[in-house]
Amino acid sequence: MKALAELYAQQFKTTMAAMFQYRASLFIWMIGQVLEPLVYLIVWTIVSNSSGGSVGSYTTKEFAAYFIVLMLVNQITYTWIMYEFEYRVREGILSFALLKPVHPIHSDIADNVSSKLITLPIMIVIAVGLAVAFHASISPPLWAIGVFIPSLLLAFLVRFLLEWTLAQAAFWTTRVSAINQTYFVLLLFLSGQIAPLALLPHPVQIAAAILPFRWLISFPVEILLGQHTPAQALMGLGAQVAWLIVSIVLVRVVWRAGLRVYSAVGA
Amino acid sequence: MSYLRLFGAFFRVSVRGELAYRANFFIQLFQSLLSLGISLAGLAVIFSYTDTLGGWRPDQVLALVGVYFLVGGMIGLIIQPGMEELIDSVRHGTLDFTLTKPADAQLIISIQRVEIWRLIDIMLGFGVLAAALVRMNERVGGWEAGAFILMLLAGGVIIYSFWLILATLSFWFVRVENILMVFQSMYEAGRWPISLYPGWLRYGLTFIIPVAFATTVPAEALTGRLTWVTLVIAVALAVVLFMLSRLFWRAGLRHYSGASA
Repeated sequence: MKALAELYAQQFKTTMAAMFQYRASLFIWMIGQVLEPLVYLIVWTIVSNSSGGSVGSYTTKEFAAYFIVLMLVNQITYTWIMYEFEYRVREGILSFALLKPVHPIHSDIADNVSSKLITLPIMIVIAVGLAVAFHASISPPLWAIGVFIPSLLLAFLVRFLLEWTLAQAAFWTTRVSAINQTYFVLLLFLSGQIAPLALLPHPVQIAAAILPFRWLISFPVEILLGQHTPAQALMGLGAQVAWLIVSIVLVRVVWRAGLRVYSAVGA
Repeated sequence: MSYLRLFGAFFRVSVRGELAYRANFFIQLFQSLLSLGISLAGLAVIFSYTDTLGGWRPDQVLALVGVYFLVGGMIGLIIQPGMEELIDSVRHGTLDFTLTKPADAQLIISIQRVEIWRLIDIMLGFGVLAAALVRMNERVGGWEAGAFILMLLAGGVIIYSFWLILATLSFWFVRVENILMVFQSMYEAGRWPISLYPGWLRYGLTFIIPVAFATTVPAEALTGRLTWVTLVIAVALAVVLFMLSRLFWRAGLRHYSGASA
């Protein structure tokens, strides 16, 4: 455990330095991350205003709060591992990572966290600016804020592990872009990025709750908006923990199977 | 005429190259259908709560989605691949080979690579447009059709010139792929009528990154809401940007120092 902590500390130092070199790329990624929720925020604001100030259970101000919090949750939980991993396998770079005595997922987590630490302050400034501009308002009960933190952490972990597992499709096929796009399109729709899940048709809501998607982005947002009772919130956390266990098992099984089929110079 | 023959030759080469990877056709088809499907699902959700969106009826927004796919397909078919190749060849110095050829170098770099499977997006775009037209049949006359084609051409020229200007920046800065990614993010916003957005974003998407002229303006022409002012501005901007991009290209070439130049 102590060795792992030291490893992370060292990894943070190096990846922070590396990420600062990619400032421009990080900034450009951020434009997309802001623009997409902003577009849907604007669209739903117009829909809400034209139908008397609310749609379903959402008022105009709650739409604003929903998409701004969603933007932050998405920023905190997103990964780019699927593009990266395909490149590593194709170019055989993975072989170097395999020489190291630790699982390569640790350096990926450190990479991910350090890039977020650099971009998050800017995202928070943008979020505050948008909240003022669109008169966003939330009034979560105190306990909801307490539940939001673990639900966000669980969302990050589950999303990271699931996307890391999916990235390993690169071991079996060179055409991962179709798999990635399928995943992203489903994620877009079923994690509430186009519309709050509560506004989608009932069967879609059930699908989003059975599949992991709701627990990756939408759930923490719903919590912070104060839309759940304590009992519902606890059940949601339970679902997230269940997915965490599933994703840990998946990562291990798929990684072992993948390594067996991996063939590169030196592997 | 010889330019058309040249384009035909490049196109045939691309087709032959890609026919070795026929499965890519099905992969692109799958991806395009998926992306269109989610687009339509989003529209369905939004229009289940409202009849008009900022003054646009569902069939009109559907037409806009058609234009979005059509123009996106054109960008992916020929504009983007050529510009990415240009940036690469400037960095590697292989632009030398293009410059020694007896045809205009700007023309060659613009048509040298064709991603033929993106034709699927163009077909889907036409399909969606046709579906939208059927749903609003009585309102499309000769004037609308003519204005639509003119605005589509103007939008195409504007986008092409804009990409070329960005890509020629590589003569000075070498690494500019990231700037191209900004356009991709901004193009996403073109799915919806630009008039929905607040002022600053609308001006940004019209005059800084001209997404509006590629998607909203042609859709406006088709749905009979285009004003003469917009039409004149679009044509004028197309002409001005095209000449400007030519100037950029010439200045860039003078600045170019390749492997042997």
